[in-house]
Amino acid sequence: MIKAENVVKIFNSHAGIIRAVDGVSTEVAKGEVVVVIGPSGSGKSTFLRCINGLEAFTEGHILIDGVDLADKKTNINKVRAEVGMVFQQFNLFPHKTVLENLTLAQRKVRRRSRKVAEEKAYALLKKVGIHDKAGEYPSRLSGGQQQRVAIARALAMDPKVMLFDEPTSALDPEMVGEVLDVMKQLAREGMTMIVVTHEMGFAREVADRVIFMDEGKVVEVGTPEHFFTNPKEDRAKLFLKQVL
Amino acid sequence: MIATNKTWPWKLLLVAILLVMAAGTWGAVQKIEYQWRWYRVPQYFLYHAEDAQKIAFDGIVQTIKTSGDVTEVVLVSENAEKLTVSIDTDTLQVSEGEDLFEGDTVGFVRQWRLGPLMMGLWTTLWLSAISSVFALVLGLLTGLARISKNFTVRGLATIYVECIRGTPLLVQIFLAYFFLGTVFDLSRNVCGIGALSLFAGAYVAEIVRAGIQAIPKGQGEAARSLGMNSFQTMVEVILPQALKKILPPLSGQFISLIKDSSLVSVIAITDLTKSGREIITSTFATFEIWLVIAVMYLLVTSILSQIVYYMERRFAISD
Repeated sequence: MIKAENVVKIFNSHAGIIRAVDGVSTEVAKGEVVVVIGPSGSGKSTFLRCINGLEAFTEGHILIDGVDLADKKTNINKVRAEVGMVFQQFNLFPHKTVLENLTLAQRKVRRRSRKVAEEKAYALLKKVGIHDKAGEYPSRLSGGQQQRVAIARALAMDPKVMLFDEPTSALDPEMVGEVLDVMKQLAREGMTMIVVTHEMGFAREVADRVIFMDEGKVVEVGTPEHFFTNPKEDRAKLFLKQVL
Repeated sequence: MIATNKTWPWKLLLVAILLVMAAGTWGAVQKIEYQWRWYRVPQYFLYHAEDAQKIAFDGIVQTIKTSGDVTEVVLVSENAEKLTVSIDTDTLQVSEGEDLFEGDTVGFVRQWRLGPLMMGLWTTLWLSAISSVFALVLGLLTGLARISKNFTVRGLATIYVECIRGTPLLVQIFLAYFFLGTVFDLSRNVCGIGALSLFAGAYVAEIVRAGIQAIPKGQGEAARSLGMNSFQTMVEVILPQALKKILPPLSGQFISLIKDSSLVSVIAITDLTKSGREIITSTFATFEIWLVIAVMYLLVTSILSQIVYYMERRFAISD
């Protein structure tokens, strides 16, 4: 489904050259839930953003269903339509209602009719539990509700894989649960997911595989039971000691 | 400290200060013994024109038929050509059977006409309106070009904006008229509109650029992550939000444009300012005319501000 080969991302900043992602290789199978964890600045978000081309990587290959993002002929818009993304800051369109947020890309990218798009939108809003807010503007919703709308917006495109970039980090604590519940449900339904998160509970419960990154590199990979109970690497041990 | 919302002392103070300023001005004017001639002003807004109706050939007055205020005079030429002229009854200058020669006045038609001040205002308004439209289009395109990834496009836009913002509008108008106008054989109106549009366009471009850059990066990323291309992202997501944000500075720019349009009077476009100068040469009512013109500009710009204020409140709905 997704294959990353030796992905390198170099930032040229005033502070010098930063290797944000430094040779990451991994594979994610269909239906697999992979959780990426690591300290801040470890390159996990940057790596995630490379997968749908929001960050152009410097070296390596990322293949999504066999389509190589490094290939200049690849139409990145087509790839992105198949890869849903949920952001830390929700990034709902504030000038559009909840319903319009869900139908915009369906109509512009998938070329669906208004009727089809709205039916899909209502079904998804019901699934994430906010079907009564379809006509509201995002600013009227709580953070948790906004993030659930954002998940529904990504799902409306019928993506093959969903990327989550710290989806609960900007939420008030009491709203984390409702968003994680939606994500757990998605995982149970067999959605392929790559999740960057600090929610260790979620990782332990839902992940098929945990990837621990530090300083742009994959330090340790394993099943949640293995990783959380018996990490091999010192950096992973230190990180777990700090967060658990 | 206890919160207080007593505002009347300050309102009183404001009125007092304004009164003192008015009195001071009045006193100073008294000293120079200026002859105020306000009665001369109204005719430049609206006047009663008398148009002479003349006979177009040598001939005689056949019949005169009066019905109320209007009189119809039928004239017949030596070649039996007939001509009917309508005039105001009390201005009739001929009688039945009278011999007339070509060009003789039969009578007058009176009608209300807009005076030079109103015509000048009209010129100012349409000049500003057309320039605003061009400036908006130009500014939008240039603003987008300013944030383009393409170096050439960005460079061209930057050079345009810097050249326009770094030179006085008056010089630009002279250049447009005396240089470009001569080289490309353009009329003064085209030159005036062109100069105003280019000038305002550069400022609109900067407003647009700032407005787009003020939209959080995540908005564009969210749109792109859904598979929308850069054009769809700009049109559907970024610009609607940016335009809402830039409405106040943009309207300020267009209000400036109305005021700046007074400078086109230097290339002999008869706008409000030029009309005023022309009226002053024939009336010497310098103080009155300039005051009236200032008030006319103020009225137009205030009305525009109010419209924008209303629009802002309408757009605030999704906040």
